[in-house]
Amino acid sequence: MGKYLRRKILIYLITFFVAVTLDWFIPRMMPGNPIDSILARVAKMPSQEQVQILRSHLMKSFGMDVPIFEQYINFWGAMFKGDLGVSINYFPKPVTEIIKDALPFDLLLTVPALLLSWVIGNKFGAFAARKKRMDNWVLPIWYIISAMPYLWLGILLSWTLGVNMDLFPVAGAYSFSREPSFSWEFIIDYLHHWVLPFLSLFIVQLGGWAIGMRNMIIYELEADYSRYMETMGMPQKLIRRYAYKNAILPQVTGLAIQVGLLVTGALTTEIVFSYPGIGYLLNQAILRQDYFLVQGCFLFIIIGVLLANFAIDIIYVFIDPRVRHSVGGDGA
Amino acid sequence: MKKKNEFLYFAFRNKKLVIGFVIFVFFLVLAIIGPFITRYEPLDYAGMGSESPNFEHIFGTTFFGQDVFSQFVYGLRASFIVGFMGGGIATLVGLLVGFFAGYKGGFWDEMLMMLTNVMMVIPTVALLIILAAYLPYRGVEIQSVIIGMTAWPWTARAVRSQTFSLKQREYVSLARISGFSTLKIIMQEIAPNMMSYVFMVFILQFGGSILAAVALDFIGLGPTEGISLGLMMQNAVHWNAIQLGIWWWSILPGLAITMIVGALYFMNTGLDEVFNPKLREM
Repeated sequence: MGKYLRRKILIYLITFFVAVTLDWFIPRMMPGNPIDSILARVAKMPSQEQVQILRSHLMKSFGMDVPIFEQYINFWGAMFKGDLGVSINYFPKPVTEIIKDALPFDLLLTVPALLLSWVIGNKFGAFAARKKRMDNWVLPIWYIISAMPYLWLGILLSWTLGVNMDLFPVAGAYSFSREPSFSWEFIIDYLHHWVLPFLSLFIVQLGGWAIGMRNMIIYELEADYSRYMETMGMPQKLIRRYAYKNAILPQVTGLAIQVGLLVTGALTTEIVFSYPGIGYLLNQAILRQDYFLVQGCFLFIIIGVLLANFAIDIIYVFIDPRVRHSVGGDGA
Repeated sequence: MKKKNEFLYFAFRNKKLVIGFVIFVFFLVLAIIGPFITRYEPLDYAGMGSESPNFEHIFGTTFFGQDVFSQFVYGLRASFIVGFMGGGIATLVGLLVGFFAGYKGGFWDEMLMMLTNVMMVIPTVALLIILAAYLPYRGVEIQSVIIGMTAWPWTARAVRSQTFSLKQREYVSLARISGFSTLKIIMQEIAPNMMSYVFMVFILQFGGSILAAVALDFIGLGPTEGISLGLMMQNAVHWNAIQLGIWWWSILPGLAITMIVGALYFMNTGLDEVFNPKLREM
């Protein structure tokens, strides 16, 4: 168990290092630099001299007046102090602060969607496996659902439930007239806005989990131990319960992979619903070439995914006796 | 030869495979011949704005009066290119890394799997965003390459474990004793035994690339020139098409993607049943 966790932690540390380096590296290697794009945006300068002064001021304030290696070290140092630079667009608001405002909306949207779809999808899938009628009718539907782009389901939901039936609002996380607070009215208003983006994330994932579980259960029911139990005349219910226990393990691993994919879903869904999370922020930052905000969003996404993966690994240790008791183990 | 016939027999009898294949081919044909039968260029202003589907414009027009059907068929073409190229690259890289790591073992295995695990944890889309955001010009091909180069890790992992079990077989040991080179052993002894699996991986990567491209287009990192299905939906959402009731502009492109990717999933399950007798309907 110790070795398993040490290995995982090592991989996460390396991943973090690589991700931060990439995050720092790419904008500097690409043609054009952020300073020029800011300068280009500033209205006509009266003289060349003033452009130079502004440029050197910007170079200094973005820390680009030192050798490139030093910039890299400084980037790490600043990052650990929580300083991700200043947004060009929301100047002079620091990137960290902008992201901090957006983060709760993301978490309250994605975490419930991920966990609920996992629980319900697994139950559904296990229930439907090896039942002919279920397999013939429900399975194709699941496949179609899991083939939907999140954003399209979002569009579909906002068209049907939002615009045509007028049941739910289709934009924002709360009404314009309200200020975020802990009053009942605000919470109800918030939940009202939350339903559609939540559903678009939840439904697409539900299909994937159900299919995965169904396949795993079939696989387990074909295994020798199931056959053996069957010949021993044990009740079908008991055999299925054992199959479920074995089948749930790969699904937990799947959860770790899904976290990364969910990022795509959350990003695009937030854009459909103008939902003020990191996805929406990132979209705005890209469209307006707000380099520091793009970098900051990327970093937060990476940290979020790493933490989620790590949490899942620890949970895995507790639910899989083979890892818990392993001496060495393959740790994969 | 007899074995092949058996597969074909089950392939034709497998409803999922046949239905998936028919849908896939339908859209493929539409993507190939579509641009020749449309009367308008995808970005030309072809009629009144916001027209609902009618004889002149069978999929209606956009807010600006562009023909949605023209955009749709050109967009389909872009999706298939991304699927073939992105899916192909992802499969190929995944195969090479997986084969090599699984076959060599030891140090190379450790290194390559480390790389794979790192790539797997970094969310592909985040990586795509940061790469694509700084490329001033993006075509469908560049997009495919970026998607392909980031989508391979899970394939590499799966191929590695398959290779691992295959290389312990006796015929592989025999080839090694006979002095075959690594490449030759991989190509002649191991790869043929994984062909069915590789083909299924390609199908999944194909669908995955299409979905990744749609997401990228939608975030605003689509092709800088031309049109794609994701770009259509981005424009539609940007101009509030749903609120204005112009549903055909955004619903139809997404429907096509859902059907294509769904068809690929059907084909994948169908093939699984064809190649794996345990899963066949009883």
